[in-house]
Amino acid sequence: MNFGLSADQELLQRTARDFLAAEWPPAAAHAVFDADHDGYPRKLYEQMAQLGWLGLLAPVEFGGAGGTCLDAAVLAEELGRAAVPGPYLANTLSILALRQIGVASVRRQWLPLLAKGQAVVTLAWFEEDTAAWPFPLKARGSVGRFGLRLNGTKRFVLDAHVADAFLVVCRLPAGRAQSTAIVLVPREQAGVAVRPMNDVDRTRRPCEVVLNDVTVPRRSLLATGGQAEKLLARVQNAAAVLLAADCLGGAERLLEMAVEYAKVRRQFGRPIGSFQAVKHRCADMVAQIEPARSLVWYAAHAMDALPRQAAYAASLAKGHLSEVFSNVAENALRVFGGIGFTWERDLHIWFKRAQWNRYAFGSPEWHRERVAQECRW
Amino acid sequence: MDLTYPPQYEAFRRRVRAWLRKNLPSRPRGLAKLAFDDPRRIERAKQWQRKLYEAGYVAMSWPKEYGGQGADVLTQAIVDEELVRAQAPPLIGQMGIQMVGPTLIQFGTEEQKRRFLPRILTAEEIWCQGYSEPNAGSDLASLQTRAELVGDEFIVNGQKIWTSNAQFADWMFCLVRTDPHAPKHHGISYLLIDMKSPGISVRPLIQMTGERGFNEVWFENVRVPRSHLVGELHQGWQVANATLLHERNMLGAATTTQQLFAALVRLAKLCTRQGRSAVEDPVVRQRLAALAMRVEAMRYHAYRQLTDTILGRPRGIAASVNKLVSTELNHDITVCALNLLGSYATQTSESKFAVDGGRWIREFMFTLGMIIGGGTSEIQKNIIGERGLGLPREPRALPE
Repeated sequence: MNFGLSADQELLQRTARDFLAAEWPPAAAHAVFDADHDGYPRKLYEQMAQLGWLGLLAPVEFGGAGGTCLDAAVLAEELGRAAVPGPYLANTLSILALRQIGVASVRRQWLPLLAKGQAVVTLAWFEEDTAAWPFPLKARGSVGRFGLRLNGTKRFVLDAHVADAFLVVCRLPAGRAQSTAIVLVPREQAGVAVRPMNDVDRTRRPCEVVLNDVTVPRRSLLATGGQAEKLLARVQNAAAVLLAADCLGGAERLLEMAVEYAKVRRQFGRPIGSFQAVKHRCADMVAQIEPARSLVWYAAHAMDALPRQAAYAASLAKGHLSEVFSNVAENALRVFGGIGFTWERDLHIWFKRAQWNRYAFGSPEWHRERVAQECRW
Repeated sequence: MDLTYPPQYEAFRRRVRAWLRKNLPSRPRGLAKLAFDDPRRIERAKQWQRKLYEAGYVAMSWPKEYGGQGADVLTQAIVDEELVRAQAPPLIGQMGIQMVGPTLIQFGTEEQKRRFLPRILTAEEIWCQGYSEPNAGSDLASLQTRAELVGDEFIVNGQKIWTSNAQFADWMFCLVRTDPHAPKHHGISYLLIDMKSPGISVRPLIQMTGERGFNEVWFENVRVPRSHLVGELHQGWQVANATLLHERNMLGAATTTQQLFAALVRLAKLCTRQGRSAVEDPVVRQRLAALAMRVEAMRYHAYRQLTDTILGRPRGIAASVNKLVSTELNHDITVCALNLLGSYATQTSESKFAVDGGRWIREFMFTLGMIIGGGTSEIQKNIIGERGLGLPREPRALPE
């Protein structure tokens, strides 16, 4: 019985916090909100690749660190704390998917590139009607003489504008029925069109990807049927855990900002943090964040070691932490008052990240329903 | 990260579980109708604690020389978990076991430890807490009950209030003012008072639940031997704070919350909505799942704190967070239950229409009492804000 981080994980946490405080200060995050920034800070990502962070979950044989989901959650918390943009989440989920897929040539081609940060591969999963609940899907594939032909429109595809390839989730005919399939589609393939979807959270770049009679060879079919569904469930759980960790880091950062401000801002002749109305808001944030941290660790550990609890724990964590982050963001804004409502202050960066985190990869309602199902209620 | 227990602990868990299966007291119907402080109920509760003690499962982490077993915290945690799992009744000597006992182990004299600790474990002596006064609630340090040292005795005069279990307690751990001229935190002492002493009178207060849970206690020239002073004279505030910390942990126990939530889920399966089990209703599922997230967060948070305790890490303001979060969560669980029950929610335990014996409306009120007792949520937030986050204190009031 040892519920906590290992010495290595604590070292990763400290290293990441110090590195990002120096290399990704709020001023850098502000720059992402400028109109012409593409949301992919390549210099930062080169350094992150050198630190071994981008390949944290990639197997050692492909140049990765062969780390655990809890390792990744520790890092994700720090990326959330610093509001780091770019394809970290997209690539990490793709690594998770690719490392479990049966096509060896695809693994050999893409995993080393992803581990070194030399490619962006992103999951094209969600659609027009699946913004909050991921199923059912409409995008269709068909198997012909020259390979697979894909048609459909994917939305909320992370970082598609800088991606080299997509992992497209679609339906394929299987006898009389339809089966879920995952297909690798290069960005440059004819018939692929990418359109950015403007989001208030500029640290995230969702796009629409239109597939119009896109033809790829049959070996691009990476998984079908039960295998594909199991894989997607695992990716969904991992996304939930990593986003929950991101929420935790973001909430901690907002609490620190609010407390720091409450100590120096004076009204009525004293620091506003001495007023209970303000002090209690800050205490409420602590009361939400402290237990929630344990939930994130548990969910990550369940991914690593408790497969039967993984879905339950992931939904507990994502459903809860996305609410905690939103609540903390609102409380922090109220502590700041008017100055917190401005574009120039840092607060809005995390406030908006909280909103994006809340709905991505299943809304809180979806995760609550999944908890109910996992409990067999 | 490792959530498994070593094999010898798992073997111990199996022994505890088997023992509980065999020995858990049945709940005869008659007993439920007895008043909270009916001597027959108290006697049965003492018997249960005694039986559990003789089996070796009460306060196992206490030192051997005082009746404990010097067990590690993990062993104690396993017993606590199994008691919850078996839905065992709470221990009547809880305030002795969880509050004054640990305080005596930390601050008591050798004589006090030998005299008091073993009888706490066996439920031979039940304790109550003499802290609050009519004019010292959240501002506890302004208490006025006076104790004058005359020779080898304290002479105690004053009044305590909200004293749970005083009507049947054998002893009270009590805060008294021994130096009225010192600043308020520096003139307080911590006394152990025999409730059978001449000059003590107890009047039960009827709580809003209808139960006689707490009391007013008056002291009129009550004599207390100096040997019953815990810690140094005038230094009782430090001792009191140690006890308060134990109280917050007791009130904020994650295990209590898990028990209550399990009962809520059973209720949801039992209740119907539109001819189907309420647990199939999407709105109910959303509410239950939202609570499950908070309950589970506290469960794993308790594991984290267990690990911190084993590793000897400082706990900081954890006790205040536990007390604040758990008591609020317990109350929210009961609110969810009342919503499931609809108009049955408000049926009393005497009503033949009551569901779960009228448990939920009682728990609804009782859990609100727990939000107030042991330092209100607002007081816990002050502690978290000031000691945890370093926010400035409220300016002191002007002298009157």
